[in-house]
Amino acid sequence: MAPLAPRTGDAVFANVERVNAELFTLTYGAIVRQLLTDLEEVEEVNKQLDQMGYNIGVRLIDEFLAKSGVSSCVDFRETADVIAKVGFKMFLGVTASVTNWDAEGTSCSLVLDDNPLVDFVELPDTCQGLYYCNILSGVIRGALEMVSMKTEVTWIRDMLHGDDAYELRVKLLKQVPEEYPYKDDE
Amino acid sequence: MQFFGGSAAAEIAPSPAAPPGTATGLAGNNANMLYIFNRSGVCLLYREWHRPLHTLDAQQDQKLMFGLLFSLRSFTTKIDPTSVDKGNLGVPLLPGQGCSFYSFHTNTYKLSLLESPSGVKVILITHPKTGDMREPLRYIYNIYVEYVVKNPLYVNGTPIKCELFNTNLDQYVKTLI
Repeated sequence: MAPLAPRTGDAVFANVERVNAELFTLTYGAIVRQLLTDLEEVEEVNKQLDQMGYNIGVRLIDEFLAKSGVSSCVDFRETADVIAKVGFKMFLGVTASVTNWDAEGTSCSLVLDDNPLVDFVELPDTCQGLYYCNILSGVIRGALEMVSMKTEVTWIRDMLHGDDAYELRVKLLKQVPEEYPYKDDE
Repeated sequence: MQFFGGSAAAEIAPSPAAPPGTATGLAGNNANMLYIFNRSGVCLLYREWHRPLHTLDAQQDQKLMFGLLFSLRSFTTKIDPTSVDKGNLGVPLLPGQGCSFYSFHTNTYKLSLLESPSGVKVILITHPKTGDMREPLRYIYNIYVEYVVKNPLYVNGTPIKCELFNTNLDQYVKTLI
């Protein structure tokens, strides 16, 4: 047993339950639209999307681990690779590429050329500050936190803002060691 | 000095009792007990099918189990002859650091453990002659994901009170040999 961790998410993607891509895109669009109406401030919507993503991430990680069979990664480089190749494929059906590592190997960029969330989307002038896909950064942050990595995830490039790709910067802040959870009481 | 016991104890709700009929050790039922812990040591689920002897109250029993595994992992890493970098005994390990064990058996029972990188521990106690349980444990982890993690009513880090999960778990465990 202990099969090697898969290098791609294709096999898992083929086996998981999927929803219609357009339904997914439109539902997400409707959520963002509703948030804009409810919260009015674009900044608040960004925060809310991030929080929603985080809540998804903390649960999604278990499904990811259970279905992909990935075991613990040795370092952050491997983690980033697994997110890009297995994670994105499994949940979004696309893969990302990992680039722009810094010298310490603690921050990198995930570049998405294809992003199913943004089909049919155009940002009006009033929403230029909106990170439409901010939910993704929240998901990554939440999921990594559950495997003991505190990270900071920010958008660098966004096609909706006229860039040529989607680029997420993932920065590892610290790894939390496993502590004995109970306090000894004399 | 008390071995375990602390302020956290009060917060841990008692686990749901096994339904009647399953705790009696039905024929062909090989599994004795199952524990599921999360990273912070909360026992999410304790289920027993066949356990004639109870020596401790449930909470202490669960804490002991968690503590045993925690310490064993620390020891197994320490005596790992294949690795240079192992740190000092008792120093917290980073996830993914060191090795981990997946089972031990005594003359009367076998304990099998699955620890996911997210800190979920699934522990199954079975007959000592049981074979490799890693695949079954993965399967149980999958049941947990399907019926607990994906259940919108379930709040992370609380004891599992989900009928569908228990039913599926019982069914699956009955098939184990």
